[in-house]
This record gives sequence, structure tokens and C-alpha cells, in this order.
Amino acid sequence: MGQAAPETFAGLPPVRPEAIRIDDLRKSFGTVEVLRGVSLRACEGDVVAIIGGSGSGKSTLLRCINFLETPTSGRIVIGGEEIVLRPDGTPASRRQIEQARRRLGMVFQQFNLWSHKTVLENLTEVPVHVLGVPRAEAVARAMALLARVGLAEKAGAYPAFLSGGQQQRAAIARALAIEPRAMLFDEPTSALDPELVGEVLNVIRDLAAEGRTMILVTHEMKFAREVASHVIYLHNGLIEEQGPPAALFGAPRSDRLKKFLKSVS
Amino acid sequence: MTGWLQPHRVVMIALALALVLWSAFSLRWDWLAEYAPLMAEGIWNTIWILVVTSVLGMLLAIPLGLAQAAGPWYLAAPARAFCTVIRGTPLLLQLWLLYYGLGSLFPQFPWIRQSDLWPILRQAWPYAVLALTLSFAGYEGEVMRGAFKGVPRGQLEAAKAMGMPRLTILRRIWLPQAVQRALPTLGGETVLQLKATPLVATITVMDIYAVSSRVRQDTFIVYEPLLLLAVVYMCITGLIVLAFRWLERRVPQRVA
Ligand SMILES: Nc1ncnc2c1ncn2[C@@H]1O[C@H](COP(=O)(O)OP(=O)(O)OP(=O)(O)O)[C@@H](O)[C@H]1O
Ligand SMILES: [Mg+2]
Repeated sequence: MGQAAPETFAGLPPVRPEAIRIDDLRKSFGTVEVLRGVSLRACEGDVVAIIGGSGSGKSTLLRCINFLETPTSGRIVIGGEEIVLRPDGTPASRRQIEQARRRLGMVFQQFNLWSHKTVLENLTEVPVHVLGVPRAEAVARAMALLARVGLAEKAGAYPAFLSGGQQQRAAIARALAIEPRAMLFDEPTSALDPELVGEVLNVIRDLAAEGRTMILVTHEMKFAREVASHVIYLHNGLIEEQGPPAALFGAPRSDRLKKFLKSVS
Repeated sequence: MTGWLQPHRVVMIALALALVLWSAFSLRWDWLAEYAPLMAEGIWNTIWILVVTSVLGMLLAIPLGLAQAAGPWYLAAPARAFCTVIRGTPLLLQLWLLYYGLGSLFPQFPWIRQSDLWPILRQAWPYAVLALTLSFAGYEGEVMRGAFKGVPRGQLEAAKAMGMPRLTILRRIWLPQAVQRALPTLGGETVLQLKATPLVATITVMDIYAVSSRVRQDTFIVYEPLLLLAVVYMCITGLIVLAFRWLERRVPQRVA
């Protein structure tokens, strides 16, 4: 498939293929520039954590990756395929966007399960009605995913009857059901009661451990430090500092990051 | 064993029985046999007009509501204007404008008079159906606008984020939830629609109300046909309420 050939150097193992790449992304709402030229790269198996203060543009950045927001300018490459943008930043082909989105599983702060469908139907909806997976197969896969996130016995329940933590685990399973190449998490535990945070983090930790590519916006610094392979600190729409978690959390260089880390700890 | 047979219910049932017996023996029902076939036709006309105009009106209301809730201005503005005009004018006026206005324009065009549609267009019921359909569409367009807007944005975004095409989102996520939200209101509106149907008698459509008027004119019996009329409308209302209750129960309660 049209994947950027991994750069190989004689004698060295090939670099892992690139899952997501963003070049010089800008996004304005009206006259306010929320993202002011952000670039990032996630290779397969990477866990990129994005941290930063409220309003720094973390959600906007994540939402630009799957075009829930239309970037003002910049380049977005997903699985080696560049999304073709018109000069005004809008995607040139709706089909291309839809296909790119199917390679990304997004998990929202507010879960956003479809309330008129059971948990199982939430998981089989897109596979059956969009991707054309035979129903029996989709159901079998969905049940396996639900078992994995510990919700097998809730398959027939409607979302409103689940706790927040259960809803978020179901939402993660729903995102996994389309077999995405990468997962995008936007503060998946921020809407949860403190005692429910752990169960969701465990599921995400599990996904990281099996080598899933993920971009994770989070306020859980300890967790970011634990699972991330790369951490990005966003401030006012710019990457203020980035690097491996040990460096970023252990020895922050910029004053802003130092202050930010102090304020959240 | 008979938990529902409580004293107050027994009294109510006794009262109802007494009322039925009284009306059966002390009022005049001798005209009933002669007019029964006409009444059956009237009831049938009332019911099919109600069902057809509600269904067609609803089919119009969906795009009207969607255009107002999410459409570009050049769709939203006309949809809003339509709903405002329909809701702002009496149904009787709309009915007469269509029947006496449109209906009297048609014969002036020879090609219409010669067309295959003419035998239909010269009757009254097409105008009744059109007026009632547009009226229902106007009111329910407004209801659907609110219902579409009431579906949480996040759920639509989740569908978008999973690569669902727009039409699939509308068909499988947005519309079902909007209709579900609107169902209780729609039930009430359908009852109102039933009670708007007697207006079609003013343009010579033979609904059950027209039949009861006819009985009164022919026989000078006033109360009995009206009493029967009330019973008929109450029965149909009961059926509507039951139907909507069944519909609402088919989609399980999810707002915990
Ligand atoms: N649709 C929008 N229209 C206008 N402004 C917006 C919109 N979405 C976001 N913004 C603004 O963009 C800025 C960045 O928002 P964003 O949601 O990306 O921040 P964030 O880093 O995710 O913050 P938080 O930690 O609170 O979630 C904020 O100032 C916000 O008010
Ligand atoms: Mg955010």
C-alpha cells in the first residue's frame, strides 16, 4: 500500500513505519489562532502523550488529526497517505477523510456512546453497516473486545445504565472494533469520578503494552510518564518542549513546563 | 385476586353502565340502521385521512426539521418560513385557499382538464389531504427541528470520527434518536390532527362529522348523532394513544 518506505540504513533494522505525521499544523477559530504551527510524528507502536494547560489546544490538535476540526493549514499524513487539502484547509475528498478516519479510533472525554443502541450494537454498528463485516463475525469480535475490557455481561445493556468507567471502557472497545491503526484519546478519564479512573487507565495501559499506536491527551501525569514513549508539552498552540517521559518529567528545561508540572502535581 | 376491582372503580363502572343504558333506552336510535353504512364510510374516511396525512406530513416534517436544525441558510430559511406560515394561519383558511383557490384555477387550463389526473383533481378529497398534510408537516417540522437539535453533538461526532458517511449518520444515529425524542409529542399532535379532520366536511368530504351533520339535517335529531360522534372520536383517540404507547415501549427507556 502507499506507505512511505521506512528509511533503512545498511546494517540497521528498518525504522518502524510512520502511523501519523503532522507538519506545521495551524488552526484558527475566527481571529484566534489556537494552533500556531505544530508538528508531530508517531511511528507504529509509539505512545505519544500530549500534556498542557487548559485551552492550550490539545483537543483541537487531536481533533484536527481526524478532521473533526478543519485545519487552517498544514500537512496531515495518516498511515503514509497524505490527506489532500484545498488551499483553505478543507479536505478535498470526503471519501479520503472517511477512509482515514476508519484507521483512527477516537475516544472522547464524554464517552459519546450511541444512547439508542446497546453496548454490543455500539460495537457492531460501524463494522456491519459501514465496513461490511458479516454480522456474526462482527458480533464475535465485539464480544471478544467486551470480554477484554471486562464488559462481557453488559453487552445487552444500554449506555445509560452503565457507570462512567464502564461507558468509557465500552467506548474504547467500540473504537477498537473498527480495527484502527492508531488510537486517539482525548482526556479519557477527565469526566470520571476518581474511583473509576483506574479501571479505564488499566485498559489503556493494556493497549500500550500490546504495542498499539496511540496519541493520548491527558491530565494524568503519572500515567503519561508510565505509558508514553514520547511526551509533548503544548502551550498556547505551540510545542514548548518534547522528549522521552523521563527527560520531560524528570528534568524539564523550560520554566513554563516546570511551573505547569508543579501546578498539576 | 381482583386487585383492580376497587370501590371507586366499581362506582365508575356502574355510572358508565347507567349512562349507556339511559342513552340506549331514553334516546332515539331508530335512525341508526338506515345510516349505518354511511357512518361506516364516514369513519373509514376519517381514519384514512388521518393516517395518510399524518404519515405524509411526518415524511415532510423530517426534511423540514433537518433543514432548520442543520441546513445551510438557503434551505433553513424557506423551511422556517413554511412552518411559520402554516402555524400562523388557521387550517380552515389553508383548506379553503387550496380548495376554492387552487381547485378553481385548475379547470381553466384545458390541458389539466384533459389529463388523466382530472377525475381526481375535480374531487374534494385531494385538497383535504394536501391541506392536512401541509398543516401536520408545518407543526411537526418544528417539533423535529427541536428533536434533531436535542441529539447530543458528541454522539454525532463519534459517528463521524469512525468514518461513517453523512447519510449513514443521519439514517442510523441522528434520525432514530430524534424520532425517539419526538415520539411523546408526536402522539399528542396526532390526536390534534384527528380533531382537525372535521374541517374537511366544509369542502364536502364525507368524513364521520359530515355524516352526523347529514343525519341531523335529514331527521332533525340533534343530540344522538353528536353523542355517537363524540364516542367515535374518543375511540380513535384511544387507538392513537395505544399505538404511540406501543411505539414508545418498543424503544427501551434509556434515560436513567
Ligand atoms: N469550536 C470552537 N470555536 C471557537 N473557539 C474554540 C473552539 N474550540 C476550541 N476553541 C478555543 O480554542 C482554544 C483551545 O481549545 P482546546 O479545546 O483545544 O484546549 P485544550 O487544550 O483541549 O483544553 P482543555 O484541557 O480544557 O480540554 C481554547 O481557547 C478554546 O476556547
Ligand atoms: Mg480538551
